[in-house]
This record gives sequence, structure tokens and C-alpha cells, in this order.
Amino acid sequence: MSESNPTVNAKQTRTALANRSGATKSPQLILGIILTGFVVAITIISFFWTPYDPVGIDVESRLTPPNLSHWFGTDRLGRDLFSQIMVGSQNTLYVALVSTGVGLLLGTSLGLAAAGSGQRWGAVFTRISDIGIALPSILIALVLATTLGPGRLSVIVAISFWFVPVTARVVVGPARQILALDFVEAAMTHGRSRLYIVFRQVVPNIGPIVIVQTSMMFAAAILIEASLSFLGVGAQPPTTSWGKIMMDSQPLVQQAPYYSLLPGAFIVITVLGFNLIGDGLAVLLDPQQSKKGVV
Amino acid sequence: MLEIKNFRISIAGKTLVKINHLAAEPGERLGLVGESGSGKTLTVLSILGLLPSMMDVEGSIIFDGKELVGSPENVLAKIRGRDIAMVFQDPSRSLNPTMKIGRQVGETLHLHTDLSKSAIKQKVIELMKSVQLPDPEKLYTRYPHELSGGQQQRVMIAMAIACKPKLLIADEPTTALDVTVQQGILKLILQLSKENDMAVIFVSHNLGVVQAVSERIAVMNSGEIVEIGPTSTILDSPSATYTKELIGANPSIPDAQELNRLLGTRFPTDRGD
Repeated sequence: MSESNPTVNAKQTRTALANRSGATKSPQLILGIILTGFVVAITIISFFWTPYDPVGIDVESRLTPPNLSHWFGTDRLGRDLFSQIMVGSQNTLYVALVSTGVGLLLGTSLGLAAAGSGQRWGAVFTRISDIGIALPSILIALVLATTLGPGRLSVIVAISFWFVPVTARVVVGPARQILALDFVEAAMTHGRSRLYIVFRQVVPNIGPIVIVQTSMMFAAAILIEASLSFLGVGAQPPTTSWGKIMMDSQPLVQQAPYYSLLPGAFIVITVLGFNLIGDGLAVLLDPQQSKKGVV
Repeated sequence: MLEIKNFRISIAGKTLVKINHLAAEPGERLGLVGESGSGKTLTVLSILGLLPSMMDVEGSIIFDGKELVGSPENVLAKIRGRDIAMVFQDPSRSLNPTMKIGRQVGETLHLHTDLSKSAIKQKVIELMKSVQLPDPEKLYTRYPHELSGGQQQRVMIAMAIACKPKLLIADEPTTALDVTVQQGILKLILQLSKENDMAVIFVSHNLGVVQAVSERIAVMNSGEIVEIGPTSTILDSPSATYTKELIGANPSIPDAQELNRLLGTRFPTDRGD
């Protein structure tokens, strides 16, 4: 059992998830959960309450550095930066959630279908997904923005367009490995359908891989969304997002460095948080890594 | 009950298995022996219609009056598990690691019968008892990796006999198990076969295993049956050269003379002789 056997992973998931002390021995997972928990909490609060009206313009107090009444200072129009960052997180997380969801759902289905189909179709699929992965998502988003018009939809479509082949590629290998195992053949001798084998045998056994992939995609989606909003194809006024705040702050970096640093810090915290969760889960769910000291 | 006639499995025009005639009667225990790659497993997989798609099949396999070769997938799916069941070599790889034992056994019943949930659970416990698993209620909620190899194989057998099949194919059922467990599993299959009048095809490279459980033996070599007959005839007076070689290859415990020859000098013992 020295090769990385996905069925062993599944076994490990169960024991690891059942045994909570496993989580306490994975510090990056805990740190990741704390960081993302903080951001998610701020997003939820922003739906009900923000310290100031995020779009309330107050020209007299424009570009005030952080102080006691405006914790993060104010922007070029005198709007409270903390309130803006709070509300901006809504758009960022929404885009990340939807595009990760689409990527996960379509990507996993495609990967499973490719694993289940014969060698020839499998090869065709691999080539197509290679092309999909090779196309840079920022470029796709820019093209989409000119056809669909800039905004959330273009960003989600662009990110998903990249996530689907990536997820499919991650899933197809382990799924093929599972399909070659004896219990799949045993299920066939019991008169099982292909659908049963896919959903009852393959999916639960590749679960850990998909879970780790999800948290990594979430982090990537946040980065891409921020980049696209920064380029002006993402969130459109009056909607704001972290990338958009950074775009607004860009000409004022010298004058008001806090203006671009603070939303940047939020992007860093969120991406770091999700990556840490991904790493932590990967360690926790992988028996070989856990032998090296985690469990 | 089962009759294979003028049967051929080929891949890209190259013949892998060629069987002119092989039959099994209800309740009969037939051994299929041969070395690795002789086509034993391909033959039994073709009975279930589970050969890889790149292999071509010709000829006829008649089971219970029905022709299996060329039957549509939905017809075969109904036969699999209900009329013909199979037990595999390595039980640790034949069970889904993410599903509890009780549920895995119950799902076969769920697929082929109309029993209610509680009736299925009761039946599963009964089945687990009939394959002599200790403490079935407790094992019901266990995952496969929490069981020993012998217990896992008993679970596989419980799944296989759940719908009282007319034919059980046991493909090297004891090869992956400890020697001490092998006999128990063989006895169990034999007992279940007698109780339920279930025909069994034992596939093995091990003549010792096959002779212990089957009334007739078919010897396969390079995809063809070289000899078939009652177990005693095959063992006592084999006619094919290959069968003789196979019997000769069966390891036996060497006697003192053989040991002397193999070891040269005897090991000194603590008695000093």
C-alpha cells in the first residue's frame, strides 16, 4: 500500500474526520479556518450593518488616513473604506462561490464521464481540456467583457471556463484508478449499473481529492476576480469589490498608501486562508503525508 | 444448466480462449485449473458477459435455457448477482471501502428483490450468520478495513449468495488468504453449495484447493481445455502431458531423504545429533 491509493485516502478521510484530534495536529488547517472565518463573518455582517453608508460621499473628509472614527480611513470621495471593503467582500465571495461551484459540478461530471468512457474518448477529452487549461482566464474574461459586457457574469463565466477543465483533469486520473479496482468488477457481477458504480463507488472514493481541489479553486477565483475588477471588467459601479477599490486607489498610492494596502491585505488574508485550508486538508486526508508527522 | 459450446474469445483476430464443450449440472462443483494466463478467468468472466470491450466472443453459452452470448446488457444485469454470482481473489480489494458492511450486503438484495428495508436488514444478518461471521449485528456497521481478510471474504460470499444464485463462480477464492483461513472458506463454499443445491465453478491454479472441493476438474492450458473428467481420474491417471506436469509441480512436504538431498547436511539440533 505504498503507492498513493485513493481508496486508502477515503479510509483516512473517515478516520481523520471522525477523530477530531487529527485537526488539532494540523495547524495550517486551523489558521486557514480562522482567516476565512473572519472574512466570511465580515461579509455576513455587511448585509445587515456597516459602520457608515458604503456609498455615502463626504467630500470634506476625503482621503482621511485611518483614525478612530474611520478605522480604515476614507477613499477619494470621502466614503468610509472599511464599509466599502465589507460590502466589496460580498461580490468577491459571490463570484468565487458560483464559479467554484460551476467548475466543481461540471468539471467533476466531465472527469467522471471521461474516466468511464473508453481510451479513445479519454484521449480526445484530455486534449480538449489541455486547450481549456492553456487559455488564460484573464484573456477570456477580457474577450467576454467586450461581447457580454463587463460585469459579474463575464467574470463568473471566464473563471468557470478555466475551472471546468482543471477539475476534470484532477478527477479523471483517480477515477480511472478506482474503476480498475476489484470492487467495481465485483459490483458488476452483482448486476450493478454504471450510474451506481459512479455515484456509490467512484465519487465517495475520490471525495478527499475533490475537497482539497475545491478550496484551492476558491482561492484562485478570489485572485482572478480581484485582478479582473482591477482591470475594470469585473464589478461595475455601484457594485464594488476589492479589486475595484484597488483600481480606484491606484493613482493615489503615493498620497494615501493605506487606500490600496488595506483592500490588498483582505485579498491576501482570504486567499491565504483558503490555501491553508486546502493544504491542511491535503495533509490530513493523505495517509502518506500524515505518516510524516501529522497523525 | 450451463453449457459452453464452440466458444472462442479473441482480441484483434488472435485467439485467447477456445472451448469446444464445457458443461456444469445443477449443484455440481466443477474445478477449472491451469497456470496464470491459461484463460480461466476470461472464461468465467465471459459467462457473466464482463469481458473487456476490445475482446470478441463467438459461440454459445447457454445458462438455464437462455443464450448469454450477445444478450443485451439489461438482460445480463438481471442474471448477474441473481442467478450467477461471483467471488473474487482479493476480498480486501473487492469491497467498497467507503460503505459499511451491512449496507453493501443489503444493496444486492435491494437491487434484485422487493423486500422492505427492515426485511433486508434482517436478511443481511441471517446471511452473515450463514457465512459464519462472528457477531453479525456488530459487523453490520463496520467498514471493510476493520475486518480480517477471511472475514472480508465471508462478506463477499454473503453478498454472492444473497439472492440464492444457481451458479457461483469462485475465482481463486482463497489465494489471497492466509493458509489457516483457506480451509474454512473452502468448507463454507462447499457447505453452501450442498445446502442450496448451488453449482460452483472453482477457478484456481492450485490443484490441491480444487481437488478438495470439486467432483470434476477441467484442466486449461493456453486457452484450451486439455483434459476434463472426475477429480479422482484426473489426479490418479492423467492423460494429458500438461496435467501430469501440473500435478508434478504441486509442492509437497519433502521426506527425510529429500531434505537431506536439498540441505546437504542436517542442521545440528540441541540434542547434539
